[in-house]
Amino acid sequence: MERIDTYPTHLRGGFKLRPGRPYPFGATLVPGGINFSVFSRHADYCVLVLFEKGKTEPMVEIPFRGMFQRAESGDPVWGDFRIGNVFAMVVFDLDYEDIEYGFRMHGPYPRVERGRPGIHRFDPSQVLMDPYAKAIGGREMWAEEPDWNKRYQHRARVLHDDFDWESDRPLEIPMEDLIIYEMHVRGFTQHPSARVRKPGTFAAIREKIPYLKELGVNCVELMPIFEFDEFENRRVNPETGKMLLNYWGYSSVGFFAPKTGYAATGKSRDGTMVADELKTLVKELHRSGIEVILDVVFNHTAEGNEDGPTISYRGIDNATYYMLTEDGYYQNFSGTGNTLNCNNPIVRSTVLDCLRYWAAEYHIDGFRFDLAAILGRDPRGVPLANPPLLEALAFDPVLGKCKLIAEAWDAGGLYQVGSFPAYGRWAEWNGQWRDTVRKFLRGDFGQVGKAAQRLEGSPDLYGERGPTASVNFVTCHDGFTLADLVSYNEKHNEANAEDNKDGTNDNTSWNCGWEGATDDPSINRLRRRQMKNAFAMLLVSQGTPMILMGDEVGRTQCGNNNAYCHDDELTWLDWTLLETNQELFRFVKNCIAFRNGHPVLRSNLHFRNEDYLGTGYADITWHGTRAWQADWSEGNRVLAFMLCGRHARSGTAVDDYIYIAMNMHSEALPFEIPRLPAGKRWHVFANTSRVPPDDVSDPGAEPPLGDEAEFVVGGRSVAILVGRDRRTTPT
Amino acid sequence: MEISIKTVDGITVVTIVGEIDGRTAPDVHRRVSAALEATSKILFDMSQVQYMSSAGLRMLLSVYRQVSGKNGRVALAGLYEEIRDTMSVTGFLGHFPTYTTVDEGLAAIR
Repeated sequence: MERIDTYPTHLRGGFKLRPGRPYPFGATLVPGGINFSVFSRHADYCVLVLFEKGKTEPMVEIPFRGMFQRAESGDPVWGDFRIGNVFAMVVFDLDYEDIEYGFRMHGPYPRVERGRPGIHRFDPSQVLMDPYAKAIGGREMWAEEPDWNKRYQHRARVLHDDFDWESDRPLEIPMEDLIIYEMHVRGFTQHPSARVRKPGTFAAIREKIPYLKELGVNCVELMPIFEFDEFENRRVNPETGKMLLNYWGYSSVGFFAPKTGYAATGKSRDGTMVADELKTLVKELHRSGIEVILDVVFNHTAEGNEDGPTISYRGIDNATYYMLTEDGYYQNFSGTGNTLNCNNPIVRSTVLDCLRYWAAEYHIDGFRFDLAAILGRDPRGVPLANPPLLEALAFDPVLGKCKLIAEAWDAGGLYQVGSFPAYGRWAEWNGQWRDTVRKFLRGDFGQVGKAAQRLEGSPDLYGERGPTASVNFVTCHDGFTLADLVSYNEKHNEANAEDNKDGTNDNTSWNCGWEGATDDPSINRLRRRQMKNAFAMLLVSQGTPMILMGDEVGRTQCGNNNAYCHDDELTWLDWTLLETNQELFRFVKNCIAFRNGHPVLRSNLHFRNEDYLGTGYADITWHGTRAWQADWSEGNRVLAFMLCGRHARSGTAVDDYIYIAMNMHSEALPFEIPRLPAGKRWHVFANTSRVPPDDVSDPGAEPPLGDEAEFVVGGRSVAILVGRDRRTTPT
Repeated sequence: MEISIKTVDGITVVTIVGEIDGRTAPDVHRRVSAALEATSKILFDMSQVQYMSSAGLRMLLSVYRQVSGKNGRVALAGLYEEIRDTMSVTGFLGHFPTYTTVDEGLAAIR
């Protein structure tokens, strides 16, 4: 039966209208028209502004309150299309593919000039983007100079949310089985060597799924894909003349819209296919057993501080969306100019609506929250003991199976690694894992005890939460790549044109004897070995490993540890490295396969350090150069441990015994190896001191170890042995 | 946009000339739906369609859903390269067999 609300009741300027529904916020296709709904607590008058796509001047402006005509008679009639603080109206007969829309908001005066502080910043001369825009025009082609004469730069569009998912749904891979690959959508395929049809796009990632499968990762974490403005703070490097952009995109323009410039379909006449393209990528990744996590930035927006542009939020309801001082200055806990007022009840529900939308409409498997500690601050910036937003996310029904991963610190000095409010759900980027393993790898003294904690899932940090609270990583987008970690002592950010002052000075790196690229074969051998050592430790550690895009083939950024502004070969993945550094790729691939093949490496509970199954071996045991005698002293750089396969997954899985020896001394050392139960013998899976192909085996085809009592581990090397039945040894 | 519908060997051949977008797609859908009463095999001659918007893609998919419930087939002939690319990137292409010419399409789905 036809709905009776499919007919207009009001007319204005030739457009057919009817009072709208406040829910859902944003623009929603309804029978015969589009329902526009926008919230503002402090605005008293609102105008809907409709454009033909791309046009500078509006096609029509329709106020939500005023004199209209009756649809049936044409007689004048007063109308006020508002319920509570929500303006809502249906406009009929619009071609949704061909329009862009925005709002003008009127509110308390006086009008605040750009650059001045203010609690309210209403400016009816400015068209404002809908905070709930599902697609956004204005930056259709990556880095294509926009028409700066348009006052309305980031333009809300309307989408059809009717994607045909068939039977797809999020994969729900347990955290302990996940291997995350952190990538930049454009950087992954923009390099000419990627040889894809649509470089730098969502579609191109789909072409590279076979590569991800070969590597063996089962999750990609996409650096920000919410619409952002690559031209934000753009500038020219005075020395090189090169244009510097916001390449990373940690600065959201709109939270509900995918970055149009990342879509092959972004520049098509009908810009609404961007969503279909991204959904198709997610569906294809899922079909290949690969999850999708989004790196989401809710701590601030692209509107900056008092000097920043008015795009949406500050013009719609500044006092609601932002943390302000009493004088109306923007609080800056994000280090980027403003701070989203996340624990305001309205903003909180916007964040919830947003993540539910991505989980339900895009089948996203999880989220990594940039500077998540900010999300635990109250509207004045004070850290909360029980932050409502973090609790609401943890208990949300739609997000019930999504991964929630916090970057558990912020730029305001709040550091919560190990103490982030978790509600049994939240995992963290374990910055301590990175710091300790880097120090241990470099040969620093006093790291053995801490390294043991990191390798067994950081029970000192996540005692009650379990190892799955820990996302382990040596490198991420922020900082050195792995190749640079072993090639540079200092950052080299001159190309960022900030006098090398940006980026952290705390890299805990070691250049292996020469700063930067060298043709010294012994240094290059050592660097390769250090990279393998890092991967070996990452992939045998309890917790969830995360790999930075390109580290598996030794991608360099020439010592730049903050390459956020470079859109070129410095940041793009050079696919010829796959040939040049085939040795490293093979090592990583096999270590991933080894991890996937051994449940004992992937526990969701901490080890108990005891033999609770009567196997004769505790679940985990620590060793040194002497078996059963770990040396925890300050001056030691050696550590070994053994995992009892019978205790795999708390005794619910059957696995082999695994022994890992790490020698971070410069000299080779003999290790006494623990004896295995009768009938089993040790086999060598990996030994980073050996040259290929003996540096790593194909999992399952490991050669037997000759001398079962003693094993020499080379200087700065890691060895991984696997203990299993004699009869399964390949001949 | 112009649309003509004829039947060849029990297959409904829909020839479209022009652009399929938010304005024209509902019309195509209406005309094709009427023809669906009599047939379950449809071949779209797309060789004179240079642009198809998201509404066009959705129209094709909804015809596919209507017909596949009746054991039918929907095929496309003579797709422009750019439309094919868009359909591939947005996941629509996977639902449709495609042929270079109408004759080739007729021979294949007969």
